[in-house]
Amino acid sequence: MDFITPSTWADALAIRADRPDAVPLAGGTDVMVELNFHRRRPGVLLDLTRIGDLTTWAQDGELLRVGAGVSYTRLIEELGDRLPGLAMAARTVGSPQIRNRGTLGGNLGSASPAGDGHPPLLAADAQVELASVRGTRLVPIGEFFTGPKHSVLAPDELIAAVWVRPADGPEQFSKIGTRNAMVIAVSSFALALHPGRRAVGTGIGSAAPTPRRAAEAELFAAGQLPWDTLAALDPDVARRFGELVAASAAPIDDVRGTAAYRRHALAVLAQRTLTWAWRDLCG
Amino acid sequence: MSATVHVGLAATVTGGVGASPLRPDGRLKVTGEFAFSSDLWADDMLWGATLRSPHPRARITELDLGPALRIPGVYAVLTHEDVPGRRLYGLEHVDQPVLAADEVRYQGEPIVVVAADHPETARRAVKAIGIAYDVLDPVTDPEAALHADRAPRVHADRPNLLRHVPIRRGDPHAAAAVVVTGEYEVGMQDQAFLGPESGLAVPADDGGVDLYIATQWLHVDQQQVAACLDLPADKVRLTLAGVGGAFGAREDLSMQVHACLLALRTGRPVKMVYGREESFFGHVHRHPARLRYEHGADADGRLVYVKARILLDGGAYASSSGAVVANAATLGIGPYDVPNVVMDAYGLYTNNPPCGAMRGFGAVQACFAYESQMDKLAAALGLDPVEVRVRNALHTGDRMPTGQLVEGPAPVAELLRLVQSKPPAGAADFPPGGTANTTRGEGVVRGVGYGIGIKNVCFSEGFDDYATARVRLELIGGRPAVLVHTAAAEVGQGLVTVQAQIVRTELGVDQVTIAPADTAVGSAGSSSASRQTYMTGGAVRAACQAIRTRLLDRLDGLAGELRLVDGQVRDADGGTVADVAELLGDEAIEETVQWRHRPTHPLDPETGQGDAHVQYAFAAHRATVDVDTELGLVKVVEIVTAQDVGKAVNPAAVTGQIHGGTAQGLGLALMEEIQLVDGKVRNPSFTDYLLPTIMDMPPMTVDVLELADPHSPYGLRGVGEPPTISSTPAVVAAIRAATGAALTRVPVRPEHIVGV
Ligand SMILES: Cc1cc2nc3c(=O)[nH]c(=O)nc-3n(C[C@H](O)[C@H](O)[C@H](O)COP(=O)(O)OP(=O)(O)OC[C@H]3O[C@@H](n4cnc5c(N)ncnc54)[C@H](O)[C@@H]3O)c2cc1C
Repeated sequence: MDFITPSTWADALAIRADRPDAVPLAGGTDVMVELNFHRRRPGVLLDLTRIGDLTTWAQDGELLRVGAGVSYTRLIEELGDRLPGLAMAARTVGSPQIRNRGTLGGNLGSASPAGDGHPPLLAADAQVELASVRGTRLVPIGEFFTGPKHSVLAPDELIAAVWVRPADGPEQFSKIGTRNAMVIAVSSFALALHPGRRAVGTGIGSAAPTPRRAAEAELFAAGQLPWDTLAALDPDVARRFGELVAASAAPIDDVRGTAAYRRHALAVLAQRTLTWAWRDLCG
Repeated sequence: MSATVHVGLAATVTGGVGASPLRPDGRLKVTGEFAFSSDLWADDMLWGATLRSPHPRARITELDLGPALRIPGVYAVLTHEDVPGRRLYGLEHVDQPVLAADEVRYQGEPIVVVAADHPETARRAVKAIGIAYDVLDPVTDPEAALHADRAPRVHADRPNLLRHVPIRRGDPHAAAAVVVTGEYEVGMQDQAFLGPESGLAVPADDGGVDLYIATQWLHVDQQQVAACLDLPADKVRLTLAGVGGAFGAREDLSMQVHACLLALRTGRPVKMVYGREESFFGHVHRHPARLRYEHGADADGRLVYVKARILLDGGAYASSSGAVVANAATLGIGPYDVPNVVMDAYGLYTNNPPCGAMRGFGAVQACFAYESQMDKLAAALGLDPVEVRVRNALHTGDRMPTGQLVEGPAPVAELLRLVQSKPPAGAADFPPGGTANTTRGEGVVRGVGYGIGIKNVCFSEGFDDYATARVRLELIGGRPAVLVHTAAAEVGQGLVTVQAQIVRTELGVDQVTIAPADTAVGSAGSSSASRQTYMTGGAVRAACQAIRTRLLDRLDGLAGELRLVDGQVRDADGGTVADVAELLGDEAIEETVQWRHRPTHPLDPETGQGDAHVQYAFAAHRATVDVDTELGLVKVVEIVTAQDVGKAVNPAAVTGQIHGGTAQGLGLALMEEIQLVDGKVRNPSFTDYLLPTIMDMPPMTVDVLELADPHSPYGLRGVGEPPTISSTPAVVAAIRAATGAALTRVPVRPEHIVGV
């Protein structure tokens, strides 16, 4: 197994194009587990950690560009104010060690339906910047995932960054696990309120072959929330929102939980997070 | 965390019995420098790897080793035909193939072992082996396995019933005013030690082999390995390597014979280390159980009778199932005085993974059921759950269902009252769901639950249970020094520290060295059954006493009570009579002692009557939980426990055992389960076999009672297992109190709590 450590993005893209057997390596918190379990024997490990650009973030016009190599710890510490939903999700990832090493780009690279970074990106309408020697493209996050652990990432592409609008309203993220820390989501839910455009964003994790939005629930809430009066949330609206979120999931039974429980939990999480977010909006 | 030690005999010697000197391995383990068995190394060593069955039940129809042998760097590829001696091994029954011959009986059963010059090459060789199976329907339901017409035999030459222990006491037809019944289930827990199975076998010039191995009982390994290799015991020498946790999972052989076979075949040292996933297939697990109970009580809540049926799934091979069944039966009504008992416990062969020893075995499964029943009884009578337990509590002088008299302290009621008397738990640090932001208080309800358990200490049923210690007192650099040599396995419990403490107390010598444990000295028995401080501690003490007698004999003419303190012989008033160094001179005094506890007796096969156990140990728990009743998530807020340890030989180690054991019981209550479908393990990893984290374990209040047992060394009572037994039912009772859910199965899952 070769280990290549390019120091520039251009070199990394060139190697990626040259070596179809290369596996990119960021924090390694997924890759190393796969290697240790002998699930994968890549010809080359393409270490991206020396590429400075990958670990920066900046505001670019109305959008934030968050480099693929930004760790969860930094998302929490540096972007918690601008991307509160993503920071809440980052807080639930693994343990302090995993949050120090693990990156948002790695989460997308793995494209697990249980990846905690994904639901907040869905709720916030993020876009993923993919790059190759052929050029750069922006993929809406909702089109990024194609199946369990599969995405539109082409064999010669790398994930460069995530583009996302800073929160323009309250955001929430909740995750169910069968222990109180260090646990893969049984199911998770992200919510973003966009009062400026009277829209609601959602993201469901671990309850379908890919992370996905709950489109019908979004439209329902956007239509029912009393944006003008900022009146208290009608509990029936919250409950119906929960039902619609649950209905848009397509969970399975597995070692971590049953499909029925996942649906049930999603309904509760959606109902609760909408209640909290609305309360936060109303001040 | 706080710990109070009551009634302690003051420690008279620095670092002696009753003190908590620093453990010699502590700093190394914390800093990561301790050499575990997986760190063993020899310059010219080869690496072993194992081909395992992917099927729970199949016939092997084809085996082609050629492709593996042709890989450069491969030195040996061995099958059952290469086992020179006995091809089977086992702790109680010799029924488990070293390597499967034509049939495999559980997923993960070893079939071929390979040695190569690199672990990766060895793994590739394993993959290259050509093998074909005729896959058969596995027997996975223990209830079906019990009936000849409902399941085939797992072993063609014997029925699936491994052992049945009936217990009959009093009137089997007794009737009662209040009757509660229940059916319960316990999932398959894993010991989940962090140091995987590993060892290094080194071929010796005399045709024998030296094996460096992490195990719980060197001599029982030695016996089995020697028989399989067809070598005399003195040609199979074992030395204990650094053990990364045990909890029962190292009582059976794993890679011991395999590594020795490969080493003898290749003439090179062979190292084997299982990976995490392989480890889940490399050792036995806790028996899953189905338990049916009927409790009858009078209107005051006094138990009139208990009827119980316990089914324990032993999996494909016997391992220690027999002892597990006996424990479940004899301890299966709990620490209660019940005049009429009808108990039947069964152990069965199935094609599920083999089950054997795990901390508290037999007693753990039963305790979940009988304590659930006691809560049910309390509810039926409108009584407080502690009150109903206290009214039925076992006392000194009562008889167990086996007819055995309870001798020595049995502070069941006191332990219950102690945990009940603590102030209620305060607010939790965080809600159920941890940092995952699932509730701001919505749906959260508090509950409190109790549990008490009973465990036998040491080996039972007439087993010749002994420990050997060789102790040597001599002058080193002009100062008295002691060398202790035993074969007792330090598995992390602190035995090495305890042995030195005993020497300091008995011989008044500060400088004590504990030699590496190996088979050059007699057997110490197993580091299991909460027995090693009792047994090896007892042997070390007896050897020290023999040395003291010989030393003091040199002071002829001197009468009265003499003690050895600080290198001196002192009289009753503390006056110095002689100097140990002068008395000893150039000659070393060495004593080797084989020490036994009081004999036990077999159970009557029809009635289950008999004095089968040496000592009983008790612990009680009170758990306080916050439950998110809508999501089914649990945060254990506090655990209060009280345990009688007879004598806290090392209070810090005792408290550590109580914390750790309680955590393991909490794990069984809430998350730890090997999930099986059709005999196959679905979660062989720490990603999905969940162990409690620091966020799951609450602060604990620990009360340690020291009520001396007149028959044991220093009055001590085995400590390691009791805390694991009662914490499980206490946590579940607390969740029931919060939710009203029936919760008849552990681990409790969120979907059980919310009922979807
Ligand atoms: C103990 C533990 C706990 C965990 N807990 C959680 C959890 O709670 N929630 C959760 O979501 N995840 C969890 N994970 C999984 C993992 O930490 C996350 O998925 C993390 O985001 C992966 O990031 P990484 O930088 O370590 O990725 P790596 O392991 O380096 O890579 C992951 C994948 O992405 C690819 N990749 C990485 N960077 C790029 C890039 N720039 N372009 C293209 N492909 C790329 C890699 O080739 C690989 O396929 C846990 C892992 C462990 C070991």
